Amino acid sequence: MLCQICEEQEATVHYTEILNNKAVELHLCEDCARKKEIIDQSGNFSMADLVKGLAGFVGTEDVEENLKCDNCGLLFSDFRKTGRFGCSRCYKAFQAELEPLIKRIHGSTKHVGNVMPAKHAKEAQTLSKIEKLKIEMEKVVQQEAFEKAAEIRDKIKKLEKGIKK
Amino acid sequence: MPVDKLVGQIASWLQKEGPLSDIVVSSRVRLARNYDLIPFPHRANKEQLKEVISKTEKAIKNSKYLKNTLIIDMSDLTNIDIQFLVEKHLISQEFGKPKSERILVVSDKEIISIMVNEEDHLRLQCIQPGLQLLDSWRLINQATLELESQVEFAFSKTCGYLTSCPTNVGTGMRASVLIHLPALVITKQIGKVLQAVAKLGIAIRGLYGEGTEAYGNFFQISNQVTLGYSEEDIINNIESIVKQVVGYEENARTLIMKEDKKAIEDKIWRAYGVLSNVRIINFQETLNLLSFLRLGIGLKMMDKIDRILVNKMFIITQPAYLQKLEGRKLEPSERDIARANLIRGNLERRGK
Repeated sequence: MLCQICEEQEATVHYTEILNNKAVELHLCEDCARKKEIIDQSGNFSMADLVKGLAGFVGTEDVEENLKCDNCGLLFSDFRKTGRFGCSRCYKAFQAELEPLIKRIHGSTKHVGNVMPAKHAKEAQTLSKIEKLKIEMEKVVQQEAFEKAAEIRDKIKKLEKGIKK
Repeated sequence: MPVDKLVGQIASWLQKEGPLSDIVVSSRVRLARNYDLIPFPHRANKEQLKEVISKTEKAIKNSKYLKNTLIIDMSDLTNIDIQFLVEKHLISQEFGKPKSERILVVSDKEIISIMVNEEDHLRLQCIQPGLQLLDSWRLINQATLELESQVEFAFSKTCGYLTSCPTNVGTGMRASVLIHLPALVITKQIGKVLQAVAKLGIAIRGLYGEGTEAYGNFFQISNQVTLGYSEEDIINNIESIVKQVVGYEENARTLIMKEDKKAIEDKIWRAYGVLSNVRIINFQETLNLLSFLRLGIGLKMMDKIDRILVNKMFIITQPAYLQKLEGRKLEPSERDIARANLIRGNLERRGK
């Protein structure tokens, strides 16, 4: 297979991007991948640079340029330039603007993995459980097992109540 | 110098074989973790970076999983030392760049290592031989949880573990498998396989070499997505893809044995002949010949040496490793001679 950009060299870098639940494939040769900053000089995938590319245009047209993180002082416009956050609190500061970007990178905006064991653990665990149940509910609805779906829905409601208390 | 303690030592993952070791070399799981509020390393000042180090060192002192660890101050190292650590798979190229306030923590037998102040405050990794991602994950997860019982890592209910780059957020986990696919390369099916795997949202690329060739036929398969799936789901997904690729490689090997047995046997024994008599050899040629030996062992055509020795030779014949073994800086031409001596020595000692 030839590189999709130069159409001269053999494609050796194969990269898939998930865009609105659709996989978009890129097959590039090493030189073009480097030019596009998909891989860095030593030939490793350079995700940060990819993000920089994405952050530059994904749904950020109306964003207040002066949006700033209270903790570290990073401006949202800085993040758009570098693709890197300044500190853990930037996620909160830029929350609304980040959602489409994170969705574009991961195809999801909800963490369902390991949760922090300390004080927030219980609540976060419940949220993650709810997320898993929702996915399961969708599955059974597709299989038209509505009784089972109702059961799961009730479970979700119960868990959600538990958090609100 | 603490780094010199690693020169004579062969990492635990290179001393043993694991599931599917025939084709899968190693399984590595890396977790990214950060402290709340302290700026990420690229935005932190010297004091803040020092705080990250002291917090981490204190937590490690009380850790059971990280007993007898070696702590290396990266600013004490020469360029050869740094490259040596990269070749040992203990650090990233990025971590070797000259920046102050970076330390490397290496556990007993090099099973676990932690880069402090790389792109994230902590990058913790575990390597095991063969296809053992789940096992690697359990180990690194336990070690990380143990640290987490003493320190708090930045975590959000919706985004999970928070990282410097949004491509790592959530689990903060990158699981990667190093896989040897010589028969797929020989039978020219590798392009198809690479494309198929890329379609699944998984990254795959050659380990060594530039341009269109993956020297030594080594490829690395790893996850791209870190959010929206649990750690086990991500790992199970990669393991099942790896098993499929292993199946393709096995089929290609069967095909070669059926159609071209003598030709491949000839190549394998020629590789052995060259390596056991060579006087000057560069790393690229070494990789390609060792790849044939490794295939020969898998096809049960090569009984002079075992796979563990071949795996070890892939690592110790790299340029910086070689110079660390020799204990001095070598010019490229001197390296090629030293490499030839090292290979012959190893083959003679083990030769039956």
